[in-house]
Formats: sequence, structure tokens, C-alpha cells
Amino acid sequence: MSYFDQYVSKSPAIASRVLGDETIVMSTVDSTLFTLNPTGSIIWECADGITPLSRIIEERVCKEFDVTVEQARADAREFVDKLAAHGILRISDQPVAESAP
Amino acid sequence: MRNSSDSTSHEVVIEIGGIPVALQTTDEGFVSLLESRYGNYLKPGGASEFEFKVEVVPAGTFHRDDDVKVWLQDGEWRLERGDFRATWNPERRRGEIRHSVNPYSIDSVLRIVHTLLLAGSGGFLLHASSAVRNGNAFLFSGLSEAGKTTMARLAPQDAVLLTDEASYVRRVNNQYFAYGTPFAGELGEPGKNISAPIASLYLLKKAAENRIDPVPPAEAVRRLMRNILFFADDAALVHQVFESACAFVATVPVYQLSFFPDQRVWELIG
Repeated sequence: MSYFDQYVSKSPAIASRVLGDETIVMSTVDSTLFTLNPTGSIIWECADGITPLSRIIEERVCKEFDVTVEQARADAREFVDKLAAHGILRISDQPVAESAP
Repeated sequence: MRNSSDSTSHEVVIEIGGIPVALQTTDEGFVSLLESRYGNYLKPGGASEFEFKVEVVPAGTFHRDDDVKVWLQDGEWRLERGDFRATWNPERRRGEIRHSVNPYSIDSVLRIVHTLLLAGSGGFLLHASSAVRNGNAFLFSGLSEAGKTTMARLAPQDAVLLTDEASYVRRVNNQYFAYGTPFAGELGEPGKNISAPIASLYLLKKAAENRIDPVPPAEAVRRLMRNILFFADDAALVHQVFESACAFVATVPVYQLSFFPDQRVWELIG
């Protein structure tokens, strides 16, 4: 299974708010704050646990930004891995129900 | 001060942010301490919304070096530090405090209790000095050495100081108000016990010249969260504080105030 065939979902232990074209996300476990840029905000918005990352990239990121699939994949992977390392996003090879607010 | 039903017990009601909290004690020395420290915030004979029984214990009763810990257990808040132990049941509106006679322990317990109260109603205590000018409140926020007390010291005569250390922010009918607090910083003086609608929040930065720049919303939330006083190890309450910070930033203009520490900076305020 390719990395981009996986599913991303938000951790339940977060709070988030869209502010302008950015999204601010806080871990309620350690109060760490993350500010997501417009591209990250789209991935965050679409991280419902049932849409594969590849579809999020192709149908949302590439359509809304002037970026190639290759470049979008590289940026998305870096973004997802970073948030997953902090427990903010979860990566799964199976669809999961979204549990965050 | 008033005598409670027990003739040896006294009750002192301290109203901060419009919220009266009664402290009941049998220790007359402690009563004197409260009366001198919270003079402008006493509500003699007034009704209280919350009550605490205070027991004064000998110095050294607890482990002096313990850091502050605040957690919810069985519906009751537990507050602990090297110099005090306290419990507070928000549903029953009652609690108990044990500490030695010194002004700092009760001050800390009151700060923590008010942060818990405010978190549930969209408000917060903020590391900020604040003052009222022309009917509006202005907040000057930053961590240690940012210039909170400096801004308070430089305030012109027509500005009324609310605090040089911890600003009390309440949301009332979707508008934000700053209240005076007795929580003093380096200035060592309690603020005036008044309130006013908040016109703006300034995030302080010392600089060679005075300048005001708007702060984008996400950055404003991040910097505001850094300066909100919060002690509880409780995910639900952390979530509420985050929502409060976002709602505040959506309502109140937030600026960075780069300032050179002399009185001219106040020409930009109010």
C-alpha cells in the first residue's frame, strides 16, 4: 500500500479553529499549538478518516493551488508526518470514523 | 468582616471581577492580613457566590518545594503547592484551604480559583497590565520583562490602573470587560476596583521607537494563549481556554506595541 493510499483523521484530543485562511490547532494533552497554512488547512479540513490522502491531494490541494501532484505529495507527506508525530493527526491503512470535533 | 454563626469564626468577602468569594477563618491575624491586602476589594457584610473555609497551619506543614498542581477529582478541584492545599467543589460552591499565614498563598489560591471560574464563562486571567482611559480598557501583555509594569509606571494621570501584573478579562453579553485586580506585580500596588470595556490588547515588545502593528488572528491566538494564566491539568478546561482565546481575538483588536520606555508611548493609547 502506498503512503498516499492511507487515511488521515484528527485526534480526539485536539481543539481547532479556522482564522482567516489559516487554521490553528491545539493539542489538549500538552497545549502545543500549531498554525496551519492554507494548504495544511485544506488537508486538515479533509482529514475525515474515510478519504484517502491521494484524493485529498488530487481533488482539493492540486485544484485549489497551482502545484504539481508530485510537489503536493511531498509537501503533504511532510505535513502529515509532522502532525502525526505530535499525535495531532492519525494515519491508518483502513478507513476510520472521525472522532475529533 | 463579619462574624459567622460560629462566634469564633470570621468571614471576609473579597470581590474580584464582580465575583464575591467568602473566606471563613478563626484566625484573627489572617483576617487582618486579608483586610490590609485586599482593602479595595472587600465587600463587608456582602453575600458571596463561593465560600472557602480557611485553616491556618504552621509553616513547613507541606513540602515547601512542591510545584503547583491543579486537577479535577470526583467533581472536586484539588489545588496543591508547597505552601498550600485546597479543595473546591464548584457544584456546592464550597471549598477548603489550608496554608500558613503569609500573603502569597491565599493570593495564589484566589488566582487559581478565578482562572477556573473564568474558564467556564469565556474569560481568563492574562499576564498583562491594564488601564482605563477615556472609558475604555487597554491591555498590555507579555511574559516577564516584556514591559507590563513599565507601561503601568508610564501611564499618564488620566489613566486609571487596573493591574500591573494579571488582567481580569470577562465576557459579558458578547463584549469583553477588564476588571481591576489586587494581583500586583513589581509595582506592589493593587489596581483600582473598576471595570471597562476592552478597546484593544497590545502585545508588548521593547524597541527603539514607538509603533503599533496589527497582529494576524492565528498569531494573536498563539501569543494570547502563551500569556493566559492557567494551572489546571484538565483537557476539557484547556479546550475551553482555547475557545475563549479564539473568541476574544475575533472580537477585540490585537496589536503589537513596539515601544521605547518613556511616556511618549502613551500618546498612541486611548
